[in-house]
Parts: sequence; structure tokens; C-alpha cells
Amino acid sequence: MANLEALYQEVILDHNRKPRNFREIEHADRRIEGRNPLCGDEITVWLKLDGDRVADVSFKGQGCAISKSSASLMTAAVKGKTRDETRELFERFHQMITGKMAEADREKMGSLAALGGVSKFPIRVKCASLSWHALKAALDGGGQEVSTEHVGPPQTEGA
Amino acid sequence: MKPRIGGSTSRETMPRSMRAQAQTKSRRDDFPLLVVHPNLHYLDSAATSQKPAVVLDAIRRYYEHDNANPHRGAYDLSARATQRYAESRERVARFLGVADENTLIFTRGTTEALNLVATAWGRTNVQRDDEILVTGMEHHANFVPWQQLALANGAKLRICGLTDDGRIDLARFQSFLGAKTKVVAFNHVSNALGTINPVREIAALVRERAASAVIVIDGAQSAPHLRVRVDELGVDFFAFSGHKMLGPMGIGGLVGRRELLETMPPYQMGGDMIEFVGDDRTTWNVLPHKFEAGTPNVADAVGLAAACDYLDGIGMDVVRAHELELLDPMMAKLSAGSGVRIYGPRDLTLRSGVVSFTVEGIHPHDLSTVLDQDGVCIRAGHHCAQPLMRRMNVPATARASVYVYNTDADVDALIRGVDRAKEMFGT
Repeated sequence: MANLEALYQEVILDHNRKPRNFREIEHADRRIEGRNPLCGDEITVWLKLDGDRVADVSFKGQGCAISKSSASLMTAAVKGKTRDETRELFERFHQMITGKMAEADREKMGSLAALGGVSKFPIRVKCASLSWHALKAALDGGGQEVSTEHVGPPQTEGA
Repeated sequence: MKPRIGGSTSRETMPRSMRAQAQTKSRRDDFPLLVVHPNLHYLDSAATSQKPAVVLDAIRRYYEHDNANPHRGAYDLSARATQRYAESRERVARFLGVADENTLIFTRGTTEALNLVATAWGRTNVQRDDEILVTGMEHHANFVPWQQLALANGAKLRICGLTDDGRIDLARFQSFLGAKTKVVAFNHVSNALGTINPVREIAALVRERAASAVIVIDGAQSAPHLRVRVDELGVDFFAFSGHKMLGPMGIGGLVGRRELLETMPPYQMGGDMIEFVGDDRTTWNVLPHKFEAGTPNVADAVGLAAACDYLDGIGMDVVRAHELELLDPMMAKLSAGSGVRIYGPRDLTLRSGVVSFTVEGIHPHDLSTVLDQDGVCIRAGHHCAQPLMRRMNVPATARASVYVYNTDADVDALIRGVDRAKEMFGT
């Protein structure tokens, strides 16, 4: 019960209902689709760079509360950051949601800390990281689909 | 002291509903996993069923008493293993209404059975510009093999649309049939919608309008839940899985028409499936061995036969009636709540024990996570039926499915959980 409430914090529910930066960027430098082949979630991330910095980032798509709120929080967190800072933030975010970060360090994650509860739900790690994988691929110059299939414990869908 | 006949504790004197509950309660006790987890509400039997103790015992007994490589050793133990395997085939064939048990090929499950047909029959017989007809409600296992066969052989894949309530649109289906139709493949019961398709009626249509087509049925969701007589369906191939019908994972089968199986090339090559191996040519063993290369999965075949005994012990008509008794209140209670949409036919006679639904404002994965906290196991996602999801215009649904061990308590737990999720997500 406590775990469930830690997962679906008010911040998460709020970003799920009213996702931020839920729009297209007209003259984006990169547009990339992230897809979770196991559950059908699809997300598109738009990225506009100003030199080495993220000038604007947005997303659209459909998914669960975790993937939607994570994408929303991500767009707010990385705006203005350099590529390296963004990659480094993803690294730490990933450590947090996979339970590899000390509780005390979560506080340094700012608003992203709201997703810390995911660490108690390993099968939801792929939901929380879908948009980040898309963003990272966009930063790395990719324009192809990215997949989160390798994230988290193996999970395949039977009938 | 002699027990009093017709005493007040006897089941016969209980009201009907109580009696049904008592029967299910004792049936739940037949399943070790459900005994070990008394608070579990397992509503995902369409994905895989739990296993009764008699199945687990049969597998163990085989390994303890009869295990050897069948069809090989000239010693008594190997002969016994061979015997157990043959008996199991005969038992499963009888369960499915198949008179000629040697037309039942054991496979790993439905997926392998369908791939066997698409490869061994399909690659040889489907020509350029031929047509393969499937429906918009197929599981990927009965869709992708045909799509890839069409691509490989230059044939055309036709996908028949559905009615708004998730049935095959028979008028459209009919219009797809013709001289070019070489394969007609569809499921007996939809895993995502629960729709029971009128196989015999459709098979008759195919024979009338597409005489050169083979009819392939995905029976993964029908064999466990309906009284299926494969010989009476009028089809050419019928695929099924053991693990969805109380049997172990890794065993299932393909029933095929003898003339077709005999003329088809083998699917896999190796031991057991040969008659004579020369340096430059090989001749094939007789049915069913021609399609069972390598050491067979004897233990799981024995387990599947035990599952057939268990199901026949209940009676497949009773299994079906029990599922309807749960399905009716489940659908009524779900629909009574706000924002719930149920997919598939409303008419219960057209539906197996599967309820696919969405709750407005709550993604099925979130719903599943909330339910899981109360021990309610449902499936959330695309159910390996992405073409169907596109047609219904939903990315995912939640799916609850029932079987012999489910009770009213499972249905009530589901409803409570859905209400709690609504409260939590403020919908």
C-alpha cells in the first residue's frame, strides 16, 4: 500500500492529467519516436538545440501515468542543460528508478525525485525510461526509433 | 456411527448457489499455487492457467517410474516411456474429439503448431498472387507467420474487418473468398475479446467459395474452455496449447487432416522423424513421428493427458457454465461503474470467459499495478494482437479472464480494485 502511494504521488498524477510541454516544436532539430514493443506505448520527442544546450524539448504520445509523467518531468528538467549534463542526469535518473541510488541522494534529483517510487516496481522501469531513451538517442544524433526493450528485467508478453 | 443420509451438512441439501461456491472452493484446493497464495485472485488464465496437483503429480510420477528415451531402447523402461507417450496422445485426441490420434502432432504449443503449418504446408503450396485470408482479431502467432509467408512467396495477405462489437464481419469475409484463396486462418476464440467465432459456419462458407483453401484454426483459447470436437469442425488444421488448459508449459499440438499431413514435407529434421537415412537421401517416418523430430517431450505430454482427465472429470459443459456464472456479474458490475468500456460481444453466448475493458482516464498498466497490490492478477497491454488494437483504436486494454478455480470473491476483488483505482486517479 505504502509502495503504491509512493509510486502514484500527487506530482505524478498531476503531470499525468496535465502533461507539460505536451506539444510539437515546429522547427525542431530532431524528432524521434520511442516505442515500447512489449506494451505498445508510443512517444514522440521533439528537441531544439542552441549550440550545445537544450533550447526546447517537448513530447506527445500515449502511455501509462508513469511514462507520461516521466516524459513531462523530463522536459522541464533538461531545458537549458548541455548535452553532457542531460546525459549525466539520465544516468542518475536511471540509477534512481532501478534502486541503485541511496535514498538521501534522491533529494538532489529535484522534481524527478517524484519517480523514485518506480524502484519498488521493476516492471515499470521501462515506462519511466521510455522518453529518456528517446531524448538520449536524439542527443546522440539519432533520428530512428528507439526501443526500451533492453531496460529492466526481461519481460515478454504471451497471450 | 452410520452417517445420516441427507444430513444437513450434505451438499445435496444446500441451495444451488452455495453448492456451486462450495464446489469451486474445493476446486481451488486442487491447485497448489492457489493454496500457497490464498489471497491471490488469479484472473489471467487466458495467458496461462494454473496447474492442478494431479498434473504435477503425473509429471513427477513419469520421471520417477517410467523415464527413458522413447522409441529407442530395446529395454522395458524405454518401452514404458514409449507407451506413456502414446497413451497421452490418445488421451488428448479423445479430449479434443479426434478419432485418428496419429493426426495429432505434439508441438511446444499453438505458436509452433501454426508455424509448422505456415512453413511445411505454406512454403510448398502457396504461390505468387495466391491469397491468404486472416481476420483483424488474430493473435500475433496466427498473423505474423502468414504475413511472412505472403512476403516470402509473393502472395497477398487479406485481413478481414470486424463488426463494432468485435465479431468477424461475415459479409466482408465472404467477399474475400475466391479461387485465389489458399489459406484461411482465424481463431476459434479471440484471446483479446473473448469472441467465440462460428467455426463450422465459416468453414462451410470457405468450402463453398474457396475450394482450394486450407482452413487453419487457432484453438489456443477454445480447447481449454469449450467442448471442442475437432473432427466435427470441418477444418484442416487445429492448433492448441497445453499450458492454457491446466497442462504444463512446453506442450501443445497440431491436429491436421491426414491427407495433408502425409503430403506435406517435414518441418524439422533429425532423429525419430526418419525412416531411412542414406548418404544422399532420406525417407520420412509415418505420422505423427514425421513431424516430431528429436526426443519428444514425454513428461509434459503425460501432464497434459492428466489435465484432460481433470477437465473431463469436471465436464467441459460444467466448465463453460461456471465461466458464464462469473462472466455475467463481472460484466454487469464493471459496466455499472462510470467510465468503463467493455470490448467484444455483449451477448454472453458469443463470448468465452474473457473481459477486455478500459477505464477512462486510467491506463491499463496503471490499473494493473493498482490491482496487483490486492493480489488481483489481470493482463494489461495489447495482448499480442496489435492489428486488433489498431482497429479498435486503443493502445491497450485491461483483460480479466476466468477459469475453473475462480470464484465470486475474485470478481468482487476485481471490482473493488477498479473502484479504488478510479478514486486514486480522480476519475
